[in-house]
Amino acid sequence: MAFAIKVNGNTHNVDADGDTPLLWILRDVLGMTGTKFGCGMALCGACTVHINGEPTRSCITPIDSIGTSEVTTIEAIGKTTAGAKIQKAWLDREVVQCGYCQSGQIMSAAALLASKPHPTDSDINDAMSGNICRCGTYVRIREAIKLAASN
Amino acid sequence: MIIDQHAPIDGSGEVIPAHGLSRRDFLRAGAAAGGGLVLSVSLPFGNGEAEDAFVPNALIRIGGDGQIVLTMPYVEMGQGTYTSIPMLIAEELEVDLKQIRLEHAPPNEKVYINPLLGEQATGNSNAMRGAWQPLRQAGATAKTMLVAAAAKKWNVDPASCRAQNAEILHDATGRKIGYGAVAADAARMPVPDKVALKPPQDFRLIGRPLKRLDTPAKVNGTAVFGIDARPPGVKIATLAQSPAFGGRVKSVDDTAAKAVKGVRQIVRLDDAVAVVADHMGAAKKGLAALVIEWDDGPNAKLNTDDIASVLEKATLTPGAVAQNIGDVEKALAGAQTKVEATYQLPFLAHAAMEPMNCTVHVRRDACEVWVGSQAIARVQKSAAKATGLPLDKVVVHNHLLGGGFGRRLEVDGVIRAVEIAKHVDGPVKVVWTREEDIQHDMYRPHWFDRLSGGLDEKGRPVAWDNRFAGSSVIARYIPAAFNKGLDPDTTEGAIDLAYKLPNMRVQYVRVEPPGIPTAFWRSVGPSHNVFVTESFMDELAAAAKQDPVAFRSALMTESPRAKAVLELAAQKAGWGQPLPERTGRGVSFQFVFGTYMAQIAEVEVATSGAVRVRRVVCAVDCGTAINPDTVQAQIQSGIIFGTTAALYGEITLKNGRVEQTNFDSYQMLRIDEAPSIEVHIVPSSEPPGGMGETGTSAIVPAIANAIFAATGKRLRKMPVDVAMLKQSP
Repeated sequence: MAFAIKVNGNTHNVDADGDTPLLWILRDVLGMTGTKFGCGMALCGACTVHINGEPTRSCITPIDSIGTSEVTTIEAIGKTTAGAKIQKAWLDREVVQCGYCQSGQIMSAAALLASKPHPTDSDINDAMSGNICRCGTYVRIREAIKLAASN
Repeated sequence: MIIDQHAPIDGSGEVIPAHGLSRRDFLRAGAAAGGGLVLSVSLPFGNGEAEDAFVPNALIRIGGDGQIVLTMPYVEMGQGTYTSIPMLIAEELEVDLKQIRLEHAPPNEKVYINPLLGEQATGNSNAMRGAWQPLRQAGATAKTMLVAAAAKKWNVDPASCRAQNAEILHDATGRKIGYGAVAADAARMPVPDKVALKPPQDFRLIGRPLKRLDTPAKVNGTAVFGIDARPPGVKIATLAQSPAFGGRVKSVDDTAAKAVKGVRQIVRLDDAVAVVADHMGAAKKGLAALVIEWDDGPNAKLNTDDIASVLEKATLTPGAVAQNIGDVEKALAGAQTKVEATYQLPFLAHAAMEPMNCTVHVRRDACEVWVGSQAIARVQKSAAKATGLPLDKVVVHNHLLGGGFGRRLEVDGVIRAVEIAKHVDGPVKVVWTREEDIQHDMYRPHWFDRLSGGLDEKGRPVAWDNRFAGSSVIARYIPAAFNKGLDPDTTEGAIDLAYKLPNMRVQYVRVEPPGIPTAFWRSVGPSHNVFVTESFMDELAAAAKQDPVAFRSALMTESPRAKAVLELAAQKAGWGQPLPERTGRGVSFQFVFGTYMAQIAEVEVATSGAVRVRRVVCAVDCGTAINPDTVQAQIQSGIIFGTTAALYGEITLKNGRVEQTNFDSYQMLRIDEAPSIEVHIVPSSEPPGGMGETGTSAIVPAIANAIFAATGKRLRKMPVDVAMLKQSP
């Protein structure tokens, strides 16, 4: 099946089975490797993208469900106000270690900040507990979200 | 600074024969082919034994254009090495961190291979420990030679010149010249016999919380991990390996798989089947459509309990004596109180966030490999062996690692990818599903430990007898380091304790379990030994009816650094202050990887038995904290890693198959469960200790001891058993 999907403002024509997860279209077909594979079952959040601004696990999102929705990935999240604030806070607070999960962490955090400019600890738990970090950067992720919210 | 992830494979090996040989055999200087100064440095790995021959594994090159390039064998896997290592050179060379460009050492240049381990590897928290002296001396040597070259050019006394910000200055005449302009001349200067290193009070960089250099690319999706390699024309493959270790493929029906859109090829190996496709979506769909019949082989009936009972029995037989002080048997016989306990630790998977993957292109006369590895030379060797090609026909591109934790010291994934690639025309990226990653890991060994202790009439420990059984990873990985039934890793944390014990014996019985491969896992030997040592120390304190901190402190009369961190942690944690019901504090202390650490965990146990780690206070004396922010980050990281293991970590076998599959059955700690963590670093100018692993080994016993304080129940088998901790009505 041929699909036209809009990613970061650009329309791409792709030919794949309709049940193909968006993750593989992004990474293997379009070559946008910033979005990561972690589990394939929406258990870890590494593959998080935004679909019409909503944080979404691309590893279980079939390509035929996207339609005309706008997909935003880590490569373009810095163009949004919330995304840019989160990226800056991530650097200022030195959150990152191995960095593999951080695309997904940043996408979840950017969506949180866009919807709740001043998130509470409980908001942070709700928005971020779907994202696993094996390096254990959680303490700094929490601090960085609060830092971004205060800027 | 630019981090070049794709360093030229042979462009950096252009060292013209050494011009002068330093008296110190870790350092040589020479001219670079393009004009400039090259220093080659031999960094020790592992136990730091002296080498006979000079074999450099790091190069510092100062080009005629002033560009400073460091080619180094250590890899970045999140631990901050890419920042801390250049800091050492920049400090002495008098340049800014930004002026150094870093390259991965290629594996196929003989100069990078270290004969001690037969390879270059990053593990066992030894990067900074090994580099601390040689890299600062290399920086100072290069600076001295550059200054000498400038002084000669100006015909002035080198002592009247100074170096600053990549320039040599002659204050008396106001002249100055950049490093690049004298680099070629510097290569012809004699190598100084010895150079003075800066005293700690003069450090500009070391000891400051500097920003990491690898971070910006990791927040905008541009960082390239192994899994992101995309050589032109690459196909994507995923695979199913024999569910039981040692099994084989009996039959494959690939009719349905071949019909999946995007599937190009099915590769059948002896013990695995791979689906090669245009993208991972098609490969996974194809894999699911395969009908594979397995011959489970010799381990078809193996269960974890079988292994545990073999280990348990092994602890009843004498082992290799790792340490023997005084007369334990006599002391036990004469003890006022005897305490006995057995402990068990489970197999654990690494579960790095980046699933195992490796990209390979096998051609008739060459092989190219793209991977993120902790042991790049081993990658090259294994690919050469698997293809039958000579070593120099195998080119390896190393990448950032999406977590290492010991998993990426192993090359089973590389060998597997080569086996598949041999059947594929063009490059193929083999990506393991998370299920394959967890079910075909090489695991932290399962351990069984039997301890006896004795107290005198005043409650002082007079006997400590520890006999444990399990796998020696070293014996497989570095056979030469396994001697007389012992190796330095398996016993670290069990022997050479900071505690003064008058009668102490530690024995190790090596048992390699069948049907499950074992490997290094973050905090390696201490991940096991610190849990056992610190749990049993707590049991002795309880038997002596003494406070666990005071009991330990009284045994640290000969180790003031140990005592200081223990007391600092206790003070910062509010040790002894009242806590709510079913909440407790537990302490642990360790001296491993050259670093002193004490942790105090505050744990709440719900009436359901569920455990919540609320707060962890850590005091650390790691000698010179090169980058204190990285030290703090590594401790935070290690504590989360160890808390995951304590609360959830367990790999079990049933009928030869690993029962856990993904993050639902092999759980990870999440942000809403993460404790608050406080890190207190003891100021020190001693040589640095290792930091990548210390937090992990220390937290597990601290949690177990806190659970004991909260409930009176002693956990002798990890992970936490919620049912056991449920409050009886």
